[in-house]
Amino acid sequence: MDFGGINPVILLASLMVASTPILLAALGEMVTEKSGVLNLGVEGMMITGAVCGFIAAVETGSPTLGFVAAALGGMALSMLFAILTQIFLTTQVPAGLALTLMGLGLASLLGQNYVGIKPPSLPDLHVPLLQDIPFLGPILFQHDAVVYLSLLSVVAIWAFLKFTRAGLVLRAVGENHAAAHALGYKVKLVRFAAIGFGGAMAGLGGAYISLVRVPQWTDGITAGIGWIALAIVVFASWRAGRVLIGAYLFGGITVLQLNLQAAGAKVPVELLSMSPFLATILVLVVISARRHGASNAPAMLGRIFHSS
Amino acid sequence: MKRRTLLTAAAAASALTLGLAAPSFAQDKTKVGFIYVGPVGDGGWTYEHNQGRLAVEEHFGDAVETIYQENVPEGADAERAITQMALSGADLIFTTSFGYMDPTINVASKFPDVKFEHATGYKTADNVGVYSARFYEGRAVQGTIAGMMTKSNKIGYIGSFPIPEVIRGINSAYLHAKKVNPDVEFSVVWAYTWFDPAKEADAAQALIDQGADVILQHTDSTAPQAAAQKAGNVITFGQASDMGEYAPLPRVSSIIDNWAPYYIARTQAVIDGTWESDNTWDGIGAGMVGIGEISDAVPEDVKAAALEVMNSIADGSYQPFTGPINKQDGSVWLAEGETADDGTLAGMNFYVEGLTGEIPQ
Repeated sequence: MDFGGINPVILLASLMVASTPILLAALGEMVTEKSGVLNLGVEGMMITGAVCGFIAAVETGSPTLGFVAAALGGMALSMLFAILTQIFLTTQVPAGLALTLMGLGLASLLGQNYVGIKPPSLPDLHVPLLQDIPFLGPILFQHDAVVYLSLLSVVAIWAFLKFTRAGLVLRAVGENHAAAHALGYKVKLVRFAAIGFGGAMAGLGGAYISLVRVPQWTDGITAGIGWIALAIVVFASWRAGRVLIGAYLFGGITVLQLNLQAAGAKVPVELLSMSPFLATILVLVVISARRHGASNAPAMLGRIFHSS
Repeated sequence: MKRRTLLTAAAAASALTLGLAAPSFAQDKTKVGFIYVGPVGDGGWTYEHNQGRLAVEEHFGDAVETIYQENVPEGADAERAITQMALSGADLIFTTSFGYMDPTINVASKFPDVKFEHATGYKTADNVGVYSARFYEGRAVQGTIAGMMTKSNKIGYIGSFPIPEVIRGINSAYLHAKKVNPDVEFSVVWAYTWFDPAKEADAAQALIDQGADVILQHTDSTAPQAAAQKAGNVITFGQASDMGEYAPLPRVSSIIDNWAPYYIARTQAVIDGTWESDNTWDGIGAGMVGIGEISDAVPEDVKAAALEVMNSIADGSYQPFTGPINKQDGSVWLAEGETADDGTLAGMNFYVEGLTGEIPQ
């Protein structure tokens, strides 16, 4: 079953792999922003996660430990941002930009001895029975654990924000930190946690690039994907489901356009290469514009909170 | 209180570094700057330019100071970076990517006393010289190996941008693959980036999914090598740098850029005051293009054929673009025995006959 020389099963399967780093990072950033903090350091946290995960996986031989180290590495870097913005009350935008610059430099330094090494590979989970379903089986049920983890986190984060008390507190802090503070919620604590979560998710996303998608360490391996994740959060109007759509659209069309080129499709290449950006923005803007006219942004996004 | 201590400490530290740095300004060193399109650790293009920079430092010792900036985007931002480097007192600036061509010319007109050298471009000025390597000579060797080794007869080619340098490489590789294997087909994917490991890996994967068992790349990272290694049964070639860590498979050979002799010679010319705008274009013969060791994964007869191509190019007896060659539309480009002139090669914007697809304009 081929369309224009492209096997849709292989295409959809590689789509999920290509989208996972963006999805993980964007979900983390969404939670951070929901608490009213704008962390522009996604790129820096991703690449730090990528290098930490790579080093840990190579040294221990375990990709699982690699991902754990990646989450911790991303979180550690985000804590620096948290300390700067929550304790020293620096403005979030430059602090986030600084985090990106620092993360890139730090990762380059840490990774110096790891260029050209092959990391241990993460085994694909072959879900019994389900993987034998024709067509859907190979697309959906033969991926590695991190792909499933990323999809589970979409549901988990959606449920957490919508149904749990803690999620409500987090949103309250993001919508009106003065009121949340007056009610006795620990605004800074909540934000610390949200920033840390964002860092951990970005770290996981970065490690997915260095351990699974590219499998190698190279300076600058994330090549700007963190900025795409940031943009997707905004265009997805801070909703987990739409972040999923945005990430899969972007990742999917990136892969699709390369496949179309490789298959020799008669479509202008310029159009193909800008299509991921165009399509993602268009689709997300259209679905966001239809239901809520006004911006869905957390009201306290980027504002400094000072309790006294 | 604590914060104040911190500030004082920071101030003291910066005063200290300034104090240490001050004597170096006093000496009359020649300052050589480099603008890089990727990180120096890319393992490919920028890595080799940086090796050239290090060779300059080693050769001249204290007489020369080098500075560089990595990850400078092509386009408007490059102009800012080059201007800044000129303002910081550089005497000679190498801008090492095609996309820096117009920015280099613009900045050079504002700094008539600073010498500029732009890699792979074609625009010169009184204080702007251009230099490049005849990578297409190396592509001829790669094409020969690729054509003889492919089993699926499908060769994937990851292009960066549709500029003459890249198109020359595609044409040269195709002509020489076709010569040894008439059934060979090329599919070209344009990545529209010099450096983006994830995208390069995806592009390689897309080509492998389409049945290619040889991947040639004209992008700077080693990601396609890793993708090929993961897929198995796919061979690749190191690009710009040896990428020897992927030998013997998937990397079976490579093109190595060797900029060091040129950088040293041009720096010397600036020191001597003999620098003049030039247009240097050297290949295998002059040593600017090196062919990395052909690995044991390549059968002896293939290796012999490849080395023969390499040697005949090196001694000047063979030119990779020797007629009869038709353009893609079937019109005659080079008649029997005719060789391409440098002008046409420098501005090459067409595919040769047999290649499919269109060059994005």
